[in-house]
Amino acid sequence: MLRTARRSFLPYRSLQRHRGLATATPIIPANTHGHLPTSQSPITPKLHFFNSVTPDGTQIPTYRVLDGVGNVLEGADFPEIDRALARRMYEQMLQLPVIDNLLYNVQRQGKISFYMTAHGEEATLIGSAAALADDDEILSQYREMAVLLWRGFGFDEIMAQCFGNHEDTCTKGKQMPIHFGSRAHHFHTISSTLATQIPQAAGVAFALTRDPLRRGKNCAAVYFGEGAASEGDFHAGMLLASTIPSPTLFIARNNGFAISTPASEQFHGDGIAARGPGYGVHTIRVDGNDVLAVYSAVKEARRLCLQEGRGVLVEAMTYRVGHHSTSDDSFAYRPRQEVEDRKRIDNPIARFRKFLDARGWWSDAEEDAYKDRVKKEIMKAFRRGETMQHHPVSEMFNDVYGGQEPWNIKEQREELKALLKKYGKDWEPWRNELKKFKGEGKELSE
Amino acid sequence: MTVRDALNTAMEEEMLRDENVFILGEEVARYNGAYKVTKGLLDKFGEKRVVDTPITEMGFGGLAVGAALAGLRPICEFMTFNFSMQAIDQIVNSAGKTYYMSGGSHPCPVVFRGPNGAAAGVGAQHSQDYAAWYGQIPGLKVISPWSAEDCKGLLKAAIRDPNPVVFLENEMLYGVTFPMSAEAMSDNFLLPIGKCKVEREGSDITIVAHSKMVTHSLEAADELAKEGVKAEVVNLRSIRPLDIDTIKKSVKKTNRLVIVEGGFPAFGVGSEICARIVESEAFDYLDAPVERVTGADVPTPYSAPLEALAFPDTPLIVKVAKRALYRSN
Repeated sequence: MLRTARRSFLPYRSLQRHRGLATATPIIPANTHGHLPTSQSPITPKLHFFNSVTPDGTQIPTYRVLDGVGNVLEGADFPEIDRALARRMYEQMLQLPVIDNLLYNVQRQGKISFYMTAHGEEATLIGSAAALADDDEILSQYREMAVLLWRGFGFDEIMAQCFGNHEDTCTKGKQMPIHFGSRAHHFHTISSTLATQIPQAAGVAFALTRDPLRRGKNCAAVYFGEGAASEGDFHAGMLLASTIPSPTLFIARNNGFAISTPASEQFHGDGIAARGPGYGVHTIRVDGNDVLAVYSAVKEARRLCLQEGRGVLVEAMTYRVGHHSTSDDSFAYRPRQEVEDRKRIDNPIARFRKFLDARGWWSDAEEDAYKDRVKKEIMKAFRRGETMQHHPVSEMFNDVYGGQEPWNIKEQREELKALLKKYGKDWEPWRNELKKFKGEGKELSE
Repeated sequence: MTVRDALNTAMEEEMLRDENVFILGEEVARYNGAYKVTKGLLDKFGEKRVVDTPITEMGFGGLAVGAALAGLRPICEFMTFNFSMQAIDQIVNSAGKTYYMSGGSHPCPVVFRGPNGAAAGVGAQHSQDYAAWYGQIPGLKVISPWSAEDCKGLLKAAIRDPNPVVFLENEMLYGVTFPMSAEAMSDNFLLPIGKCKVEREGSDITIVAHSKMVTHSLEAADELAKEGVKAEVVNLRSIRPLDIDTIKKSVKKTNRLVIVEGGFPAFGVGSEICARIVESEAFDYLDAPVERVTGADVPTPYSAPLEALAFPDTPLIVKVAKRALYRSN
C-alpha cells in the first residue's frame, strides 16, 4: 500500500515492502523490458542473485503422514493401505535387524569378510520396495538387501552369497559379501564403485522404453546415498534420464553419513532434493523414517515417472544408526549418545508399530513369535551355509568371457590342472584345501 | 572402400539384422558423426536407434552399460578414446567385470568405439593410444583394426560378440581407401576376434604392428625388399585376446622380431609381445634381441615437426629392422 505520492513507485516496489526475505524473486509485470529470442525467461533490470529452489527461500519441505508416535497427521495425503499390506511391510521391517545383527556378528567372528547393516533405514527400504512393481528393474548401491528380501529372495541365498558357497548363484563365489544380484528378482548385481549404477539405471530404463511389452509399465529404480550423489555419475545419470529421456526413478537415501563424512560436509546446497529441479526433474523430499510416507511418495513418483517417461527424484531423510560397515567404528566420529537418542526418538519400526497397534493390526504376542521364527530360520540358514563347500575350483576361470573361451583362459585352467594332478593328492596342505571345494578339484585333476 | 564407409556399412548391416543394436554418443545423429562415421544412420533408423547424448562420457558410457545389462546392444561412440578416460570406470569396472562378478548371469554386450592414437596437429590430449590400457583388462576384448576389411569384419564381429568390446579406430585411416574382396562386401562378412593377419609373407624378419603402423610397416617392407630383405608383416588386428601363436610361428620362421606401435613405450603392446615371445619356445629361435619401435615417451607435442618426431615413421622402422638384422653401422 502506498503511503505518499512523493515518488512514483513501480508496483513491484510496494510488493517488496511486504516480503520478508531478500532471496525472494521480484515480481515484474510482463512485457516491460523485452525478451530473449530463444527463452521464456522473464527479464529483470535488477541485479538479483537467487540461491533456493523454493519460492520463499526456505528449505524444501519434508513430506510425512505419521507423527513421531504413529498418529496420522491431520490433512495428510494418506496412501491407500490395507491390513495385509501393512502387516507385510511391518514384518519385513522387523526381520531386517534380526538378520543384520546375526550377519554382523558372523563377520566379527571372522566367518565372512565383510557385511553392511541397514539399521535405522528400514522404513526407507521397505516403503520404497512396496511401492515398486515386482518387475521394475532395481539398481542398488549396497544397503538395499531389504528390497531384495521384499521380492522373495531367500535366507539361504543370502548366506550362500555371503559365504561364497556353491549355492551362490548371484556371484558364484566371485564377489565380496552383500553384492547380491538376481535376474529373477529384477535386481541388478551390486557394483562397489559408488554411483556408477546411476547412469546405468538411465540405460536400463532406456532399454525398457525399447521393449513394447514393458514401455509405460516398468521403470528402473536406482538407490544411492547422499554421499554417492556427490559423484559425477549422479549428475550424468540425472542429466541423461531427463534429456534422452528415460523412466528412471532416483531414490536418494540421505542417512546423514558417508562413512565419517557428515551430510553437512558432503554438500552446501539443500540436500539432494535441491538438485532435481536443476535437471528439470520432478522431486520430493520425504521423511525416510515414516514408512507410509515413503510408500506414498515412491508410489506417486513411480506413476509420474511412467507417465512422463522421465527421471523423478525422491530424497528420503533418514539416519544411519549402525556403522558404515564392518570396517567402520562410527563412535570414532560421532557421540554414542547421538545414536542412542535417534534409536529412541525416531525409530521407524516403533513408529509404524504404534500405527498398527492403534488399528489392532498387530500385537506383542505376534511380535515375539515372529521375531523368534525369523531368528530360528536365519540361524538355520547360517549353520547350513557356513559349512557348505565352495564352488568347484575350476569355476575360477569361468565367466571371464561369454561365448568361446579365449586361449589365455584355457591356458590358465590347463596350468592349474597340471598342478592339481601333480600335487593335489600327494601334498597334504593342498589335499586339505581342496576339500573345501565341491568336487575337491577332481574335475580338473582326473 | 574407405575405412569410414566400411565402419558405416558394418553398423548399418548389424542394425538391420538385430533391432536391439543402437548407437549413442555425442554428435552421432543429427551431425552425422563428428568424423562422419555414422553418416546417414539417423535418417535410416530414427532417433530411438541413433541417439545424440549430452556431453558426459561418464553418463552415456554408463547408460550404454546399463542398456547392455538390460539386453540391448549399444554401440557407444567416444569422440576420441582420450575422452573415454572420463568413462573408464564404467568400461573397466562395470562392463569388463560384471559378467565375472555376477557368476555369468549379467552379460554386458556393449561396443565402445571411436578414434584412438595419433591424429594430425591435435596435441597431447587428443593423441594418446589406449591399446595397452584396455588391453590389460580381463573381461574386455580389445580390437585395433587397420584396413577397411578389418574394420568391417571386426566391427560386425564385435557387435555380435556377447562380451564388452573396445574398438580402437584411427582418425587418419578414416579417409583411406582399401580394396575389398567380394566376400568382404557381403553382409555376413565376419572376421575372428583374437586372430592376427599376415599381410605380407617374408622369411628374414617379422614386423608386428597394429592400426596405422601397419601402413608404415608395409612401406618399410617395400624399402627393405630393395635391399634384398624379405620382411614378414603381421597385422595384429586384436590386442586382447592377443594372437601370440601367429607371432611365434612367424618368429620361428624368420628369427628376428620388430614390434611397431604408436603408443607410449612403457608397459605397452610391444612390451607384452616381447615378454610373451621370451617366455615361449620362440625365444630359442631368436637370432637378435626383440626390438620395439614406439611413440616417444612425451605427451604428444602440437607443432608439426615435433609431432612428426613423436611417432614412428617408415625410415625409422627400416633403420630398426636393419639393426635387428645386424646390418646397421
